[in-house]
Amino acid sequence: MTGRMNASLLTGGALVGVVVLAALASFVWTPHDPTLVDAARKLHEPGGGYLLGADKFGRDTFSQLMVGARTTLYVGVVAVGIAALLGTPLGVIAGMTPRGWLSELIMRVNDLVFAFPALLLAVMLGAVYGADTLTAMIAIGVSTVPAFARVARAATLQVMVTDYVLAARAAGRGPGAIATRHVLPNIGSVLIVQASVSFAIAILAEAALSFLGFGTRPPTPSWGRMLQESQELLFSTPRLALWPGLAIAVAVLGFNLLGDGLRDFLDPKLRRIRAER
Amino acid sequence: MILYLLKRLAVLAASIAAAGVAVFAFMALLPGDPAEVALGVNATPEAVAALRTQFGTDRPAAAQFLDWFGGLAGGDFGVSYVTSSPVGPQIGDRLGVTAVLVLGGMAVALLIAVPLGTFAAVHHRNPLGAAISAASQAGIAVPAFLAGILLVYVFAVKAQALPSGGYVPLADDPAEWLRGLVLPWLSLGLVQGAVLTRYVRSAVLDVMREDYLRTARAKGRGALGALWRHGLRNASVPVVTVLGLQLATLLVGAVVVERVFVIPGLGDLLLNGVAARDLLLVQGVVMVLVAAVLLINFVVDVTYHLLDPRLR
Repeated sequence: MTGRMNASLLTGGALVGVVVLAALASFVWTPHDPTLVDAARKLHEPGGGYLLGADKFGRDTFSQLMVGARTTLYVGVVAVGIAALLGTPLGVIAGMTPRGWLSELIMRVNDLVFAFPALLLAVMLGAVYGADTLTAMIAIGVSTVPAFARVARAATLQVMVTDYVLAARAAGRGPGAIATRHVLPNIGSVLIVQASVSFAIAILAEAALSFLGFGTRPPTPSWGRMLQESQELLFSTPRLALWPGLAIAVAVLGFNLLGDGLRDFLDPKLRRIRAER
Repeated sequence: MILYLLKRLAVLAASIAAAGVAVFAFMALLPGDPAEVALGVNATPEAVAALRTQFGTDRPAAAQFLDWFGGLAGGDFGVSYVTSSPVGPQIGDRLGVTAVLVLGGMAVALLIAVPLGTFAAVHHRNPLGAAISAASQAGIAVPAFLAGILLVYVFAVKAQALPSGGYVPLADDPAEWLRGLVLPWLSLGLVQGAVLTRYVRSAVLDVMREDYLRTARAKGRGALGALWRHGLRNASVPVVTVLGLQLATLLVGAVVVERVFVIPGLGDLLLNGVAARDLLLVQGVVMVLVAAVLLINFVVDVTYHLLDPRLR
């Protein structure tokens, strides 16, 4: 873990930090109950205890943004977690047996899953089971598996030709020990960068799904649905679209910059492997 | 080259077949029997059995799959259990709208990315080039539907220059058709253009470091002239790959943008199908979209080989 701090890392880290802080703070405090419907406060202008105003149901926009950050991060963490836990072992296996039938099978299935974007998977899951946060997370996670598998495979291929892996094999270490002792520690930094980039994509996908009504169900606040609800009021109250839109852009920009920054900061030996978008 | 094409075609056919199995198997998990759903809770068992025979859902799953998948090539997507109308023509009607949306978005993206990316590469040492890079980074963070809402606010709400949504068929009124598509095209194209600008910039930068470009400059060509004659074809190889990936992204983006602008395309059809629990319709649209993604990947791979003879 040696490297220099850089502008991308600091800016990205700061933006992600703001989102994470807002999400964490929302567990203990929000200015108002984000789901409280109050006709008297309908479309309340910003000010008077309502920092960013209230929506058509009288719900406080700022409180909704804070809890929305929680929804976004929750979906992102679970989706990227699914992708990393499934994709990494598959990629490592494919990378350690580059000419085997198993590697061929993994990469072919990988290509097939790659043809199913998160949105289509989520819509299909939604048609069968009814759409909610869980189906959105699974759809985004599964559709991100190929990105992890490809990056893990490419990085593993590089590690497998190094002298220390050769030495370990000569000393009689089995494939399992090589994978856990040599491959995984050395491809870790590439996977961390991939996780950051995938997180940004997961946020975009979650926002799009909530916008379409295939994500988090009401009344749980989510940025995508806030945008969807704001659309009919665009002519009269455009600020309702501005804030959730800004929140999405800040979070995505933050994770993208963080990914770029981490790539330069972490192990420069594996820098040539680009994170998959 | 012929052998390569045949091999790639075989992979494409196998992928589409595998995707067909996946989509069919997935939708077959749908809880509830379409015949029971169609007739409601008070139906007699005889009526349900009769309708099942009519739908063909009493047959083995493999036979149903072969029937459905075999019909696809001829545009037969089956008859909807919900609306009793054939699915194929509905998809056919919408396919053109979505295709126009996606290709227009791609054209906007290219019109932005190629000049801006080349400019940013040629001037990578001065502040304007750096500013373009920074702007493209920010553009990547804006999803297409958010760009759409912002564009509606600027051009429909504030300037009142363009419609905020709706779709007029080309045959009815070409001018209105175009006016209605400008904002959707921009929503899709601006964001993808931002992404593409980064790739064009780095591809052109790579080419500028090549010996053959220096030779062309030494022989008296200007910077842009040398790039035009020798650089752009070489720079286009990595850009084409990204372009293919982006077309797939645009296809998905179009589903959401159609919702923003109330455009009757495939995305609109898909979401309506889910709302109506129209199994065959959803299955058909998903299949078309996935097949389109696979087809795009195929075209990209082939183009890649045509552009770069070293790969042959």
